Amino acid sequence: MARAARVYRRPGRLTLLLGILVGWLVLYAVLKGTDTISLAPSDVTSLHTRLNDLNTSVGDNRNSNPFFLYFINEIQVGATHFITFLQNLLSQPSGTRPVPVVGWLGVVVIMTVIAGRFGNWRVAVLAAAGFLFLGLQGLWQPSMDTLALTIAAVVICVLIGIPLGVLVAQYRGFERVITPVLDLMQTMPTFVYLLPLTLLFLIGPATGVIAMVIYAMPPVIRLTAHGLQAVSTETVEAGRSLGSTRPQQLAKIMLPMARRTIIIGVNQTIMAALSMVTIAALVAAPGLGQTVLQALESQDVGTAFNAGLAIVVLAVVLDRVTTAASERARATDHARTRLRADPRWRRGADLVALIVTAVAVYLSYTYQLFAAFPDHLAIGGTRLGLDLGTHIESWTSSATSWAQRDLGSITGPIKNGVTYHALNPLQNLLDSSPWWLTFIAIVATAFVLGGRWAALIAATCLGLVVGTGLWQDSMDTLAATLIATVVVVVLGVMFGVWMGRNARADWGIRPFLDALQVMPAFVYLVPFVALFGATRFTGIVAAVLYAAPVAIKIVADGIRGVPAETVEAAGSSGCSTWQVITKVQLPMSVRSLALATNQGLIYVLAMVVVAGLVGGGALGFDVVAGFSQSSLFGKGLAAGAAIVLLGIALDRVTQSAARRAGGHVSHRAT
Amino acid sequence: MTAHVDQGDPTAVSKPDVSAENTRPTVSPGRRDPDVADISVRGLWKVFGTARTATRVPTTPELAAMSRSELRDRTGCLAAVCDLDFDVAPGEVFVVMGLSGSGKSTLVRCLTRLIEPTAGTITIQGEDITRMGDRALRELRRNKVSMVFQHFGLLPHRRVIENVAFGLEIRGMSRAERMRRATEVIELVGLDGYQQSYPEQLSGGMQQRVGLARALAGDPGVMLFDEPFSALDPLIRRDMQQEVIRLHREVGKTMVFITHDLSEALKLGDRILIMRDGRTVQVGTGPELVGAPADDYVRDFVREVPRSQVLTLEWIMREAVPADDMSGRELAPDVVVRDAVRAVLESTAPVKVVRDGRLLGVVGDPEILRVVAGS
Ligand SMILES: Nc1ncnc2c1ncn2[C@@H]1O[C@H](COP(=O)(O)OP(=O)(O)OP(=O)(O)O)[C@@H](O)[C@H]1O
Ligand SMILES: [Mg+2]
Repeated sequence: MARAARVYRRPGRLTLLLGILVGWLVLYAVLKGTDTISLAPSDVTSLHTRLNDLNTSVGDNRNSNPFFLYFINEIQVGATHFITFLQNLLSQPSGTRPVPVVGWLGVVVIMTVIAGRFGNWRVAVLAAAGFLFLGLQGLWQPSMDTLALTIAAVVICVLIGIPLGVLVAQYRGFERVITPVLDLMQTMPTFVYLLPLTLLFLIGPATGVIAMVIYAMPPVIRLTAHGLQAVSTETVEAGRSLGSTRPQQLAKIMLPMARRTIIIGVNQTIMAALSMVTIAALVAAPGLGQTVLQALESQDVGTAFNAGLAIVVLAVVLDRVTTAASERARATDHARTRLRADPRWRRGADLVALIVTAVAVYLSYTYQLFAAFPDHLAIGGTRLGLDLGTHIESWTSSATSWAQRDLGSITGPIKNGVTYHALNPLQNLLDSSPWWLTFIAIVATAFVLGGRWAALIAATCLGLVVGTGLWQDSMDTLAATLIATVVVVVLGVMFGVWMGRNARADWGIRPFLDALQVMPAFVYLVPFVALFGATRFTGIVAAVLYAAPVAIKIVADGIRGVPAETVEAAGSSGCSTWQVITKVQLPMSVRSLALATNQGLIYVLAMVVVAGLVGGGALGFDVVAGFSQSSLFGKGLAAGAAIVLLGIALDRVTQSAARRAGGHVSHRAT
Repeated sequence: MTAHVDQGDPTAVSKPDVSAENTRPTVSPGRRDPDVADISVRGLWKVFGTARTATRVPTTPELAAMSRSELRDRTGCLAAVCDLDFDVAPGEVFVVMGLSGSGKSTLVRCLTRLIEPTAGTITIQGEDITRMGDRALRELRRNKVSMVFQHFGLLPHRRVIENVAFGLEIRGMSRAERMRRATEVIELVGLDGYQQSYPEQLSGGMQQRVGLARALAGDPGVMLFDEPFSALDPLIRRDMQQEVIRLHREVGKTMVFITHDLSEALKLGDRILIMRDGRTVQVGTGPELVGAPADDYVRDFVREVPRSQVLTLEWIMREAVPADDMSGRELAPDVVVRDAVRAVLESTAPVKVVRDGRLLGVVGDPEILRVVAGS
């Protein structure tokens, strides 16, 4: 209470902020349009050209420089081989064959058998249905490309991640070194390292897979380490007391006991890798991501939706199967199923499954019908169409045109309202003021909110942003980010308070939040592109949807953390519900509010960049253009740097502000 | 060590005259002849803390003399075990007792260096453990010393028989042979029929039988128990104690048994070492501890004990005086009071306590009644 009261008793800060704003507006009115730093989309600065030159010289020397010759190129070639191998197996013509080695029938049966063997029969049915659905969508080949990429990424993650997890569990020092690295790998927007990666590994599937690996590896490392550390010390001691060696302890005691946690880690890694497929498509990684991306660029909502749906189906199947496998690895289940099934019976079942799989793979290897997914079946004289995908596409397209036509009267005003009354003014204020004015205003705001250090960091980051030559684009991105964050915080407080006070609301809403969080980011964009077209507003809405779940959960947890006794005391002293919320629960969870704002900002920023693809423009567009045009490579790199700088500044300022408001913001929120 | 016995307190049961050296009960000291001992511990220290400060504690007299809390305040180190000396004879059940935190678990883990001792020597069956290399230590753990744990420490992903055979598997014994041996031991601990179960399908008592079987499987000479029955409910605990007594009779291992339950200690232990804050307070047989507690800490421990069931005649007899009627029965000095009650009360003459035909003292109604009424 005391803390919260302090926040409210400090009108000094609010007055200062208002003062800054008024001063800024006055100067803006006078100086508008002078001293701005703007750059047309196709223009570059000397810095960008120099980065382009760097790209060229790397390209020229990559076959002579030993670092590339013996290290980078090896990785690149190795990854490419691995991916090509998997593609030949699953998705692409291999050698002289016009079709992959294993056709659709083989893949469906293999997946089903794996799901049944390591999960249960329910997920086996799900796997069969899911994979057949991919075929019916007319997306068999891109789906298999995506599957191949995902397998490649996950295999690499597991091969490197599990041993690293073991090291982390065994050596304290190593844990201390690697934890911040893992944090960085997970929090840095993927966009940011994608372009530098192409500098090293070129545009192509290898870079896509490497980016997926970077993003997807932390969970398997963390959960392996966690699972090993959670093994009871007494059990390990028992092993030692019997004279086991270290490798024996690891192989016979710790790893088997940690198996379930490790599988959960693999599950999370698979999900993370899948959520990257669209982003990997930016560097020419094949598969569903490509389909989504191209459809978004040509605003073909039907195709984008169909492909997005396929990603979701793939994600659901892989998630359910690995979850079932992890549950099965729990020792109790283990005991039950093992006891019930006579080992001989089990071995028989395995053998049957093996034979069925072999037959299916042989059929799919030999017969065209079972190799390439047919778009129709001719049984006798009747023709059975199997092209569900075209139907989905046309339904979506008509739904879209209906929405654009008939919902326009609702969506139009919303879009225009936000664009004309919030986005445009803010954007103008930020990018049409003289750059030094904006600079000073932001640093002053940082000072008032977060103190000296925050101001210093903001000044440094903004200074560097000026150096990137992308001041205007950065300010446009900042404007969109700020607006989206305001909406996120408002939503966070509304839903968070509701969920925090009402367990049933929490129970009902939480699954939706979870779903929003795991869905690949690009899938969000599709319906909003349909509704609002390719505009900045679409980007903001998508970012809000992406970031709101995190903020809502944090606020809900904060509200729930307020001691029930305090709330009851307030109620018994005659507070109305509204008063309880505004005078007790919100002030007491000020820490969570600050954390929600901080995390909201970071998530929004990551998404605003993605939104750059669908008309959001600004820095996101610059980065994307860097992939497609080599003359804009340098500019793209600079834009990536500008995003990171904005992110650091926003993060630091909100963290300091939060600390002042009464609590340290821990970085790992969820 | 022996000095403790002399500091008897006035409230204790009447004791043989101190001056009568020859009639004093034999007190078993902590130290015995190391050549005949199975386990011999000298100057054992375990100090938790940064390695540099910790190793200094045992060698610096000033630090070594400090109490645990004083040491912690001064150096930040925690002395879990301080300067312990004791010997365990072959085939003996040696019990270590103490309140929570007194260092029992640390002590028993130091014996096979599951926890690395800070100072001191430990000799097991003639070999100095503290100087062993990793390989020799593993051999020792595989063949000579095994341990039973409070929370069993079983592997949930393995069947009972595989758990029992685990130590043999580690040694590299062939599958057929270790399964045969495991089956034998499972029978020995009374778990026949549960070979194929998983640990969590068994009750706590049965799980601890698995732990026991696992420890027995390698046929070690020495077995260590760290509060093996504390997690079990009282009835099962009694069963398991009987089991250990039976096993001890059948296989005759040397045992070091940690417990904080005095009745368990008295039931199982040939001798009992009482620890407080890492140090020895008293070592002795059950009757010695009950009859002559070294200080208030021990007295507190033994307060609830039914004395008549623990004390023997030598602890309550008095010297014969000429006025005594010497026509009573003769009994040995190690007869438990409870078993002598009837003999003493039924006759008018006091019972004569005789060893090897020599009269040690007499026990009359007042002596018996004092014990029986006092408990
Ligand atoms: N790894 C460790 N690091 C630091 N201190 C420890 C460590 N292990 C034990 N201690 C401390 O050493 C002291 C003795 O612990 P120990 O576990 O040996 O006691 P115990 O007699 O077995 O108690 P309990 O009856 O509760 O099992 C305790 O104060 C404990 O906190
Ligand atoms: Mg203990």
